[in-house]
Amino acid sequence: MTIDSSPVKFIPALPGQPVPEIRTISGGRPVFRAELPDGRIAWLVTGYDNVRLVLVDQRFSRALAVAPGQARPGFEMFAAGSINGTDPPEHTRLRKLVASAFTARRVEALRPRVTSIVNQLIDAMARRPQPTDLVAGFSLPLPAQVICEMLGVPAADTGQFHAWSDTIMGDWQRDSDEIMTALAELYGYFGALIEIKRARPADDLISGLIAARDDADRLSEQELTVMCCTLLIGGHETTANQINLSLLLLFDHPGQVAKLRADPGLIPAAVEELLRYVRLGSLPPARVTTEDVQLGGVTIPAGEQVMPLFGTANRDPSVFTDPGRFDVTRDAASHLTFGAGVHHCLGAQLARVELQEAFRGLVGRLPGLRLAVPAGDLEFKPGMAIHSLRELPVRWGEP
Amino acid sequence: MSRWKVSVDKNICISSAMCVALAPGRFVLDEQQRSGPAEAEIDPDELVRDAAASCPSEAISLVDADTGQPVDLDQ
Repeated sequence: MTIDSSPVKFIPALPGQPVPEIRTISGGRPVFRAELPDGRIAWLVTGYDNVRLVLVDQRFSRALAVAPGQARPGFEMFAAGSINGTDPPEHTRLRKLVASAFTARRVEALRPRVTSIVNQLIDAMARRPQPTDLVAGFSLPLPAQVICEMLGVPAADTGQFHAWSDTIMGDWQRDSDEIMTALAELYGYFGALIEIKRARPADDLISGLIAARDDADRLSEQELTVMCCTLLIGGHETTANQINLSLLLLFDHPGQVAKLRADPGLIPAAVEELLRYVRLGSLPPARVTTEDVQLGGVTIPAGEQVMPLFGTANRDPSVFTDPGRFDVTRDAASHLTFGAGVHHCLGAQLARVELQEAFRGLVGRLPGLRLAVPAGDLEFKPGMAIHSLRELPVRWGEP
Repeated sequence: MSRWKVSVDKNICISSAMCVALAPGRFVLDEQQRSGPAEAEIDPDELVRDAAASCPSEAISLVDADTGQPVDLDQ
């Protein structure tokens, strides 16, 4: 094989655009070099087994991918030193500090609170004239309020740090200085909040992390601040836009919605299928090889960027029968949307509970929920990490 | 030092593969991507302790092979 063959141009599709047929781009190769829209060269990895291997095998490093000078603009710039940008054993030390708060058991205990927030938000939307914006009224405040309550962030500050999160997660063509300014402001905010919590501890995650730092020296002050920012931002745009994009998909499949209305017991399976089918982002968190690695018939040299394409794993016909068909009754739970290995999404179980309760509420309480504008008028923010919808105007009830 | 018995509750495993990545060679995934121990009894191994402590569904159980007591995961 040749590693000096010229890379393939890879231009990810935005939502609503036809998905480029990856086999056509790659010439049928499961692992191939590509030039990304920002001019970087990376090895793109496709197919379920190959993607999973990249995620699980420690020869693919996250820390090297977000080292200074390597990171892509946007949220990758602040991943260095966080649970999203370290390798074991540093990663293990940091992740263990928060893992217990996000286990399936702990998150299940939060379900009644999540349901209650869902109902309050739907009540408030129902009081407003239609059409109403579901992003501002539901999909964003739901995960924001949940993660704020877990962390111990005053709910009144949600709007402020949503603006920061938006700048950091959003447009990768945005001026880097603007992103760094937002980051500095977010760090400053948490620095001040940590001092308040240090003086008056509460029963929340921030206070728990402060105790881990002050009583047991298990993380540095910088790591403490970065952890708070990571948890806050990680719980925001992801779940919010998974709700938005799932709804757009469901609007096009009324028969599937009818099944959920008839049998709400299908909702957990439907959430897995929505996680499998929806393309939440176009470019995954990169890895860098620590040594030469044989994969998919090629040798990826040490020190090169590798991108595991989750979407190709989730549409791999050897794992999912007729993968292009959206079917809320299928068993889709082995999708790789939350990743795998040490960086398996910390908030995966929380996201599942939020999504299940969100759709139980929306499908059950707002029959006839539909887009209030032509789909072509919807506007996505620029940026490739998350397909973030600016507004989602909806109506419900009788047409 | 007594050995550890390792088990995984496949009914609550969510296939995160956290354990497979953290403690290479200690866990294997089956056809359904559910984890299980490569060996049911092992010498104490800090990476296996880390894997049990980091498991998102708390599916991994570690017990002292002599006493039957749970191994302290928070070390």
